Amino acid sequence: MSKKQYAFYPGCSSQKGASASNYLNSIGVMCEKLDIQLNEIPDWNCCGASIGYAEGGELPRLAVSARNLALAEQNLPQQDMVSGCPACWLASRETIERLEESESLLAETNEALKEVGLNLKNDVKARHMVEVLIEDVGFDAIKEPVVKPLEGLKVAGYIGCQANRPFGIAGESFEDPKYLDNMVAAVGAEPLVDYDQKISCCGGALAFSEPEKSQKQIQDIVQSAYDHGADVIVTPCQLCQANVEIYQRDINKREGTKFEMPVMYYSQLMTVAYGGDAKQAGLDGNIIPSDKLKKFAG
Amino acid sequence: MSDANSQALAHYQGNFLKEVEERVEEGHWVKMCMQCGVCAGSCPFGPHWEHSPQKLFMMVMSNKRDEVLTTDSMWMCTSCYTCIVRCPRKLPITHIMHGLANYSHRLGLAPKKQPTRDVARLFWNNLAKTGRINELKFSLALYFKDGLVQGIKNALSMQAVGMKLMKAKRLSPNELFGGHKCKNPKDIQTVIAKAREIEDRRKGLA
Ligand code: SF4
Ligand code: SF4
Repeated sequence: MSKKQYAFYPGCSSQKGASASNYLNSIGVMCEKLDIQLNEIPDWNCCGASIGYAEGGELPRLAVSARNLALAEQNLPQQDMVSGCPACWLASRETIERLEESESLLAETNEALKEVGLNLKNDVKARHMVEVLIEDVGFDAIKEPVVKPLEGLKVAGYIGCQANRPFGIAGESFEDPKYLDNMVAAVGAEPLVDYDQKISCCGGALAFSEPEKSQKQIQDIVQSAYDHGADVIVTPCQLCQANVEIYQRDINKREGTKFEMPVMYYSQLMTVAYGGDAKQAGLDGNIIPSDKLKKFAG
Repeated sequence: MSDANSQALAHYQGNFLKEVEERVEEGHWVKMCMQCGVCAGSCPFGPHWEHSPQKLFMMVMSNKRDEVLTTDSMWMCTSCYTCIVRCPRKLPITHIMHGLANYSHRLGLAPKKQPTRDVARLFWNNLAKTGRINELKFSLALYFKDGLVQGIKNALSMQAVGMKLMKAKRLSPNELFGGHKCKNPKDIQTVIAKAREIEDRRKGLA
């Protein structure tokens, strides 16, 4: 079988030495096992994230994403763009749709891109890594490489916002998406299907600007994982991962809680289940370690 | 009062809905709101919104220009997109919130020292320089945005986490000296400058 090819857009947090570098590692191993080839878009730039609106306005924000799309079209034609980061996916896909709806915005965007010798035809598709896993690979094939089923590992599947809204994953509802639980089950772990914070907001970028309001959200997200007996929280989002892991310490200090809940990426679970070691799964990259998962990794 | 604001006041002569339709991102949707209230119950920071999105839309339609452009409500939006998927009229509410916030910021009417506005500007300026976010410089800028003393306090309180992140290779000290960036940062600067010039011309903000 020939490898599936994608134009890969890692995003700022998934570079070497950046805050989600362990996500990047585990995605690499996972894709290797699933016969997926990721071709990095040359010289990609930041997507601007949602928070870019305040200074970026509309057109500059669309234009920075359009630059990535144009680079993908030009260098990796006929390949879908795929990102592991919900914010990158959202910004790219939003740009595609906005420019599809408005010829004048597309013309203006191309006027800006022309300054650096680029042009966007706008015929590329932007997808999130979990869409590739669910739609192109499929749950049966996700199961296939499993050599160490993660038996007994209780997982609270925390999807958060932008890996779910506004675009959604085909066949899933916005209020109760099940794909993450199904992925967890596919690697032999036990999804806590009643975990009630799966689509709550962690505060997003406002974790920096409104720490107390965001930490109130995070407290509910972690507390509910404990209430449901979770060993780990698993998420498809870098910002969710970082916020929910890093701020447990502050919440403990202020609220007297004793939170120490590991927060992992789905790709870390998959890498371990596929026989990867702790390093390949990026387990050394978590500041709250999961001893259970480490044991599986051996 | 900023020039852009007096110019806008003169141009729209008290027709704020028209101003929003023409100058705010996705603002042409506002009149489609049927005031059902679904969005108002959706915001994660709900209790902290002085005016919910539903109320803001009503205020735009009833010409409450000052109140809308000076409130800090839109700055409470976490970009969770819950409202968008629930609105029966399919209003792109999140983008309208972003658009109103951006417009009030550009007119110089947004509340001073609004923390989300400050963070958002730091973030954009960081990416606009090199094309990619430099996480270390971004966090240092964040710590020091409220001045030196507060900055050192903030940095110390996060020091333990910072060290752990470095140990976990999730924060690189190299970021201080160059670090992550596009091959030719000038490209990104050029694209952004041109896009801003076009948009400002169209919206009368130049
Ligand atoms: S949900 Fe939509 S229609 Fe209902 S009040 Fe909000 S914006 Fe208006
Ligand atoms: S996207 Fe913003 S406006 Fe919409 S529900 Fe979330 S916080 Fe509220």
